[in-house]
Amino acid sequence: MAPRLDVRKTYKLFVNGEFVRSESGRAYRPVAGVNVPRASRKDLRDAVRAARTAFDGWAGRTAMNRGQVLYRAAEMLDGRRQQFIQELGGGKPAGREVDAAVEALVWYAGWTDKLAQVAGTVNPVAGPYFNFTIPEPTGVVGVVATETPALAGLVRGIAPALAGGNVVVALASESKPLPALTLAEVLATSDFPPGVVNVLTGQRKELLPWLAAHMDVNAIDAAGCTAEELAAVQEAAAGNVKRVVAHRNGELSPSAVTDLMEMKTVWHPIGT
Amino acid sequence: MATAPSLLHLGSLMGGVRSVDQVAVEERAASLGKRSIKKGSKVWALELAIRMMDLTTLEGADTPGKVAALCGKAIRPDPTDHSVPSVAAVCLYPSLIAHAVQHLRGTSVKVASVATAFPSGQTFTTVKVTETREAVAAGADEIDMVIDRGAFLSGGYQKVYDEIVRIKEACGSAHLKVILETGELGSYDNVRRASVLAMAAGADFIKTSTGKIQPAATPAVTLVMMEAIRDFHRETGRSVGLKAAGGIRTAKQAVQYLVVLYETLGPDWMTPDRFRLGASSLLNDVLMQLAKEKTGAYQSGDYFTID
Repeated sequence: MAPRLDVRKTYKLFVNGEFVRSESGRAYRPVAGVNVPRASRKDLRDAVRAARTAFDGWAGRTAMNRGQVLYRAAEMLDGRRQQFIQELGGGKPAGREVDAAVEALVWYAGWTDKLAQVAGTVNPVAGPYFNFTIPEPTGVVGVVATETPALAGLVRGIAPALAGGNVVVALASESKPLPALTLAEVLATSDFPPGVVNVLTGQRKELLPWLAAHMDVNAIDAAGCTAEELAAVQEAAAGNVKRVVAHRNGELSPSAVTDLMEMKTVWHPIGT
Repeated sequence: MATAPSLLHLGSLMGGVRSVDQVAVEERAASLGKRSIKKGSKVWALELAIRMMDLTTLEGADTPGKVAALCGKAIRPDPTDHSVPSVAAVCLYPSLIAHAVQHLRGTSVKVASVATAFPSGQTFTTVKVTETREAVAAGADEIDMVIDRGAFLSGGYQKVYDEIVRIKEACGSAHLKVILETGELGSYDNVRRASVLAMAAGADFIKTSTGKIQPAATPAVTLVMMEAIRDFHRETGRSVGLKAAGGIRTAKQAVQYLVVLYETLGPDWMTPDRFRLGASSLLNDVLMQLAKEKTGAYQSGDYFTID
């Protein structure tokens, strides 16, 4: 039997649950022989619109259900272990990075239904009221992934945002975008409703200013920004008082979830 | 006032309407929709779209309070930006005309009222005439009537024609827009036929849809009506306006309609006196696009009023 033809893969953006080429038709070649879509500001606009539309549905899911979906993402990611290792350059460091990504998904999946107990409070007040503070999702979160680790950095950005009930528009590592686009295939098979998580690849300097200034983005996880980029993001974010989160040294922490949530207080009269 | 022609005349008028090439019309409308309108031209088109807009509320739950809010928005669409022009008119049910008149007195914004048993048009001609007369007496500057689609589809062209003539008479000095409800007419041929009928009967404007039936306005059906207007103008010298209404929700769609308009009827029709966009949610999207052009940042619905 003759050897079969090589089936070359076209990497695509992940927007609104669909795999699309860039609206601009452009691509770049961070890896020899592979075209990666170079998203434009209009792809970003579409992604934010899709995310906004998906927000109510995702935020309205039960915490347990969000945990189940995140856990499934971990399962799907683990099932593609070899592919990720290859895209990350192979070897033991790549294997450890895939492990870290799986671990982050499982860890934040576990936090979804425990967060309100841990972060929420019952406050003493001088009046006949129960006074509660509970964390609520903030809305559309922009995640700027670290250049390296390309996969684990991205997962550590999107998992806590999703665990808290936010929706995500992620900018992947510019130099190593392939694991991010394969992660999109993982997310697409993990029961996330369309638009809840969107993954864009391309030039950061082209996309970041639009993300930072977008009035419909409520928070930005700028873990992957340089000091200069961070300053620019903070300045542009002032337009609609976006929350900009930019610390984290690859640690998993429940505060990574609450950082992207708003603490809301309710007063409830006693005895009625 | 147009006088009712004989049956024979009407028959030849309808018989003389040439049929529409469906594929060609849809292709042309689609290709015009691909035009790229950017920067300065985009801002110009968006501001024109606002000036051409009939800001509409046609719900059973409309209240005087809602009309007051709508009128405020019609006069100054963006309270934070004085350079944004007023819309052309507000469009509402007859029972709310008086409230709108009160809020719009002294402004350039007109009061348009639907009439003639909107949206179905299924009632007695006398009732339609009375409704129209009362709407005009209450202060409506423009009347949006619906044609009797039941009569039209069963070949009762004479009845449709006579009704339009009588309503036009009842309008007096008020402008008459005739809604064809293209979504119920079934074919482009019928749309063209109804357009010719309405124009011959004396309509000042012909309008695509009520907004209560899907499909409502589409670029293709609007193109068919524009071609009918163009040919009518060539033959009779009378300029009839067009109102596209229903399903126009985004600034991009609005600009596409303006492109089709420009390419079919030319610059003479690029004015609120001859073209209108009937819409409710369109205005906010246009305002968001304008703000985006001015500030350079994509906008959020959170910062624009819910009417």
